[in-house]
Amino acid sequence: MAGITLDSVRKSFGKNEVIHGIDIDIRDGEFIVIVGPSGCGKSTLLRMVAGLETVTSGDITIGDRRVNDLEPMDRDIAMVFQNYALYPHMSVFQNMAYGLKIAGTPKVEIERRVADTAKLLQLEDFLERRPRQLSGGQRQRVAMGRAIVRQPSVFLFDEPLSNLDAKLRVQMRLEIKALQQKLGVTSLYVTHDQVEAMTLAERMIVMNDGVAEQIGEPRDVYAKPATNFVAGFIGSPPMNFFGPSALKGYTGDSGGTLGVRPEHLTLCDETRGRLSGVAKYTEVLGAETLVHLVMNNGESLTIRQDGDSPAPDPGDNCFADFESSNLNVFDSQGRRVT
Amino acid sequence: MSGMVEKRGQGYWLTHVTLITGVLIIFFPIYLAFVASTVTQPEIVKPPMPLLPGDHFLENYREALVSGINAPVWRMLLNSTLMALGIALGKIIISLLSAFAIVYFRFPAKQFFFWLIFLTLMLPVEVRIVPTYEVVANFGMLNSYSGLILPLIASATATFLFRQFFLTVPDELAEAARVDGAKSMRFFIDILLPMSRTNIAALFVILFIYGWNQYLWPLLVTTDPQMNTIVMGIKQMFPSGDDIANWPVIMATAMLAMLPPITVVLFMQKLFIKGLIETEK
Ligand SMILES: Nc1ncnc2c1ncn2[C@@H]1O[C@H](COP(=O)(O)OP(=O)(O)OP(=O)(O)O)[C@@H](O)[C@H]1O
Ligand SMILES: [Mg+2]
Repeated sequence: MAGITLDSVRKSFGKNEVIHGIDIDIRDGEFIVIVGPSGCGKSTLLRMVAGLETVTSGDITIGDRRVNDLEPMDRDIAMVFQNYALYPHMSVFQNMAYGLKIAGTPKVEIERRVADTAKLLQLEDFLERRPRQLSGGQRQRVAMGRAIVRQPSVFLFDEPLSNLDAKLRVQMRLEIKALQQKLGVTSLYVTHDQVEAMTLAERMIVMNDGVAEQIGEPRDVYAKPATNFVAGFIGSPPMNFFGPSALKGYTGDSGGTLGVRPEHLTLCDETRGRLSGVAKYTEVLGAETLVHLVMNNGESLTIRQDGDSPAPDPGDNCFADFESSNLNVFDSQGRRVT
Repeated sequence: MSGMVEKRGQGYWLTHVTLITGVLIIFFPIYLAFVASTVTQPEIVKPPMPLLPGDHFLENYREALVSGINAPVWRMLLNSTLMALGIALGKIIISLLSAFAIVYFRFPAKQFFFWLIFLTLMLPVEVRIVPTYEVVANFGMLNSYSGLILPLIASATATFLFRQFFLTVPDELAEAARVDGAKSMRFFIDILLPMSRTNIAALFVILFIYGWNQYLWPLLVTTDPQMNTIVMGIKQMFPSGDDIANWPVIMATAMLAMLPPITVVLFMQKLFIKGLIETEK
């Protein structure tokens, strides 16, 4: 068991810097999710912790050891890869046992640990099979099993669920969460799926372009996004952004951007509505309905309301309002003001 | 309905008749050679040639195996087997290792070395045979197994083949092995080798036959009949000048020379097909 510390970690490929200095203190047993758009450097960051990528500058500490110059196997970590990376010619048992075998673990001990792990992951019936004789979900479990048997102090996951279909993904997400809580192993989990990030994370790192835009608990990140990038990235449908001039009666700085989440907006009559626009179309999702407006300045506005509330027809003039405490104000650099 | 079945039946027979005819035509000379190896010398030279096996099978084969003409055939078979095995295994080992180095390691002038290996593809044995002979002679390796094997052992083709295969192995596999604690040679032996089994089996068949059929090189480096290989040995059995060729023994030798490659193909074919069915990557 160990915590992880990243101290202004940077990474360049040649002259091209892709990670621009990341700092975080991860507590022992914490589940951290790194989320961000494609190409922002999530995998690179994870691979530096794993030891598969060198660190250009800064320090990575696992437990109380600086690990910058250690080989992956000496870092006491285990990694689950996106494509599972199971050894195709080995049985499930051999796949799980391989790391232990190399470490020189006694045979009896290996058998006991693989058996325990297989039981934990319901893989007992598949131990003699080859990876290609397994379904995607089972392979995923074997990949997890291979990480778990080694009893490392850190789990690293690089988009482990992205090759599964939507339903299985939800199920495995829950399983991973439950497993991690049961084992209490510090975990670093990379995903570009914000739902995965929100549901799994104790704290999340929202990355953009090699920078950690915000590090915090999912609830805080959602409620108080630190930048307009985070505000737009986390939440679906995303936050509505508009210029200060679109908000009737707004007296603050006129240089920045304002944002309100769709669920905080309600349709109302002309006298109370501080935002106005023409209804373009509505999406009926059952429990809720999304109403899309186009405001006079051309910006669009999405309102999320209960499925049984009356929805406007396309072309109707509409007005919307929100509680002022739900207004997000960003300055001209995109940083949160209030 | 029944017409269709009828038709399919006809096609079935037609393909089989064609195939069998083809096999018979190809097989006929071999059959003649076999017949020639079971009769006596006078029977062969007296027209018409016999078309049915005679009763000197044991006699002729015993003579070929035990005494031969220049050297006993068992000796030449042994030489050929050792040479073919040496070439096939040597080529496979060397090209596996060099492909491994080229794909998985970063070292200075890597591209240069790769192209250097690639270039040798354009130089067949015949082109470099004189300098190679010189080198082998200077090392005192004439009339030795190492002289027969070593100069033929480097293989750009096999290196290239394994390189292409290694490039298709996902990087994540190497990384997973690294996280599991496998050092590079361990990864090579535990992961890469077993994954290349089918390629190795296929190459072994091809290279064994390549080695077995070597003619020019053994002719040059072996002067001692005890070191003759069988393929060149058959040619050596042809008499020079006015001597009479002992055709039954030569034909028996030719039949014997075919056996090892056939065995290898048959035996490896099983492995080969098994590998193909169990394809995994
Ligand atoms: N070996 C490399 N050499 C050069 N550039 C690289 C290398 N690996 C990654 N990069 C660059 O670093 C940046 C970050 O890549 P990374 O793989 O970490 O993105 P990611 O956030 O994991 O994206 P995705 O969600 O698509 O997996 C990208 O711009 C990529 O082009
Ligand atoms: Mg990635």
